Amino acid sequence: MGVYIHNTMNRIVITGMGIYSCIGQNLDEVRGSLLSGKSGVGIDPLREGMGFRSFLTGILPDPNLNTLLERRKRISMSQEAGYAYMATVEALDNAKIDNDFLVSHDVGILYGNDSSALAVMEGVDLIREKKNTTLVGSGSVFQSMNSTVSMNLSVIFKLKGINLTIAGACASGSHAIGMGFLMIQSGLQDCIICGGAQEVNPYAVSSFDGLNAFSQRNDSPTEASRPFDADRDGLVPSGGAATLILESYESAVKRGAPILAEVKSYGFSSNGDHISVPNVDGPKRSILMAIKNSGLAVEQIQYINAHATSTPIGDFNEAMAIAEVFGSHKPYVGSTKSMTGHEMWMAGASEVVYSLLMMQHSFIAPTINFNTPDEASALLNITNKCIKYDFDTFLSNSFGFGGTNSTLIIKKLKLSL
Amino acid sequence: MIDSTLTEKINTILAEEFEVDVDIIKPQAPLMETLDLDSLDLVDMVVLIEHNFGFTIKAKDFVGIKTFEDFYHFINSRMDGA
Repeated sequence: MGVYIHNTMNRIVITGMGIYSCIGQNLDEVRGSLLSGKSGVGIDPLREGMGFRSFLTGILPDPNLNTLLERRKRISMSQEAGYAYMATVEALDNAKIDNDFLVSHDVGILYGNDSSALAVMEGVDLIREKKNTTLVGSGSVFQSMNSTVSMNLSVIFKLKGINLTIAGACASGSHAIGMGFLMIQSGLQDCIICGGAQEVNPYAVSSFDGLNAFSQRNDSPTEASRPFDADRDGLVPSGGAATLILESYESAVKRGAPILAEVKSYGFSSNGDHISVPNVDGPKRSILMAIKNSGLAVEQIQYINAHATSTPIGDFNEAMAIAEVFGSHKPYVGSTKSMTGHEMWMAGASEVVYSLLMMQHSFIAPTINFNTPDEASALLNITNKCIKYDFDTFLSNSFGFGGTNSTLIIKKLKLSL
Repeated sequence: MIDSTLTEKINTILAEEFEVDVDIIKPQAPLMETLDLDSLDLVDMVVLIEHNFGFTIKAKDFVGIKTFEDFYHFINSRMDGA
């Protein structure tokens, strides 16, 4: 008897992923860090001299692109574009997409990014010093724009489809995946490189520091990011890049691609409230929209990768939103930001990669430093130990300044027999 | 006559910046084609000259420079005039 497959129309799958982060610069390294609860947070001595209150940051090397890309391509790339290039090479490789496929299909790119402060600062400093705009060089403008990642990668990989940067603050990476999902679902595209990138340097986050958003635990970096813990005192800025290859089921099957999971739904909302202070209602509506559109029951969500950045009010309100939606069903809830710090524009994409790694390898990564729950997090099922757990469905939250919220639900692909 | 020290310095700088083998740089070879330069690269040439020789030119000053020898003469004359 043959296998009868139905309802594959408009199904969107993930066929590749790549990661360049402070807990590892490829999937294998990151998986090891997630399993062992390794923190990627450290101290940036520069920040102390710059008047920062917090010297904490995710620590990762800049990739050496000299042997990978020709000068003309390198010279236009910002720091975050370099991270994104590394993540995308890995994602394309494990999606089994080669140059021939890229040049002969309308592959798009939707990448989350919301700043390129280092390039802007370096360019403006040079112009001020030299009083000559030419002496800033030919690459500065392409490094300085928020679309630096999508514009550079689209040229490097010779992409012919949608070419766009998604700027949605700390939900940028998640919205990029959501928008990719919608574009493929609508039939406008078959394959899109989605992701999020975040520069790592003092300029990118100086005003954040001024808003008292950062942890002050300068003397204990690896304990500074402590989402949901009662003693949390702020987030730790971090960054890197994460890439996911989204593809229609038909396209994936046609080219014999590995299928890592299916994107079931994308929920979103705006708080319509304060510019920086999160609330409960907005995230709750985003979660409910994603669940409704997924066609899944609340009880089918087995793991939630929370936005939880380690800020007092943000984590509290998200915990309340999750508790109100899920009630007596208590899926595992975790925040990988306890290890990575807050990867901001990148986080919505990287946290899908982290969750996919957990789902592939049947474990729940620990929320390290979660030692004492508060009134809200006590309502959730959070573990500070790595748990062996076989699961097939997870939900990933990402929220940002301005009250932008994004929720993705991702499931192992199962076809009806 | 241009001092060979200057031409060697120019060749080394150009080869390093534009990532070509220094041996392909010959006085009569075409500058743009040999270094595979486009209009953006001319901007970087301005930066390179300012950084290494201390004077600022405009991209339009490259009009008329066809070969490396032309380029040596151009740099030499600007250095003399500096």
